[in-house]
Amino acid sequence: MEFTEKHVEGLKELLYKMADDLLIIGHRNSEWTGLGPMLEEDIAFSSMAQDKIGQSLALFELLHELGESDPDTVAFTRNDNQFHCSQLVELPIGEYDFSMVRHFFFDHAEAIRFEMLADSVFEPLAMVARKFKGEIKYHTMHADIFMQKLAAGGEESFSRMQNAINETFGLALGMFEPGKFEAELIEAGIFGGEAELQQRWLDKVVPLLESFGYVVPKVESTEPAFGGRHGVHTPHLQPLLDEMTEVFSIDPGADW
Amino acid sequence: MIIKSLDPRIDRAALDDESKVGELSGNEHFQTYEVFQQVKRGTHHQHVGNVHAPNAEMAMLFAKEQYCRRGAAVNLWVVKTADVFVTEYQDADIFETTEDKLYRDPNSYKVMDRINAFKARTSKV
Repeated sequence: MEFTEKHVEGLKELLYKMADDLLIIGHRNSEWTGLGPMLEEDIAFSSMAQDKIGQSLALFELLHELGESDPDTVAFTRNDNQFHCSQLVELPIGEYDFSMVRHFFFDHAEAIRFEMLADSVFEPLAMVARKFKGEIKYHTMHADIFMQKLAAGGEESFSRMQNAINETFGLALGMFEPGKFEAELIEAGIFGGEAELQQRWLDKVVPLLESFGYVVPKVESTEPAFGGRHGVHTPHLQPLLDEMTEVFSIDPGADW
Repeated sequence: MIIKSLDPRIDRAALDDESKVGELSGNEHFQTYEVFQQVKRGTHHQHVGNVHAPNAEMAMLFAKEQYCRRGAAVNLWVVKTADVFVTEYQDADIFETTEDKLYRDPNSYKVMDRINAFKARTSKV
């Protein structure tokens, strides 16, 4: 099937939101480096954050092949309203309860998105999706075990995690904000669409959390935090970008 | 839940002033687990180090990142250090061997001659 202009636009939109999500969550989670609850977890969490940056680079490279600027320029020269990340990923790391619940919700969505994309007719993207399968599997394994153990870690631990789930659920639903080209992407076999992704994500995370003893808020009564996909962000994103791009702004050609 | 960072460098937007940072009490550490890594299926698991962890599953998570992040591995064992039965260093003399028992060493076997003879025979074919 020949890609039309709309297919390419839709593909770019998809790649941008995925790459931006990964870049921003990678940067956010790296803020735990040196502050993790214990040395071993500090290393594990930091290493996963680094993985996310690597995954975003692979997607920015695909965008470059589709005619967008090079990865460094795209990553470091845009303002917050040009970013397509969900609001979920841009929020500060908070305390470990929030960071862990975000990690759980985000990584399961990413795992399923990549699973769906492994069969994409856009072969370069399918290859990227297959390449990171094992890496992402470890990330969800990490999240699952922490969510399970913290549910069983006493009253304070459970109530903090439950509270974080309640607060984060709407933000997580914001990840599935439909794009402008959902129908085109589905029709062409590029991507199965945000609605299907959300359903598969719910089918995965809800029974899992319930099996750990948590109560999951109802989708129908939760307001999804939309906006991120078309540049509407919380006041937290721009300061993050200012810090992330500090060196690049001083010397765009810096090499180290 | 407070969306405020524990790191003073991070929370620049300062949307929430009600920050309460949890305290660590005492100098407690988790137990340790010994980590054994298998590099290739069929080979022996090799001891590579240990990790602190509250339980075996988390020990496995940590061991994967501490010891297999850069190198290849196909399998991991984690074993609670306390479950490893160890000899005493004061009993190290049980491992000593006297010189007159060299006949027990594998280099006493004459099998290499036969292996070399076999190799020589088959390489000619």
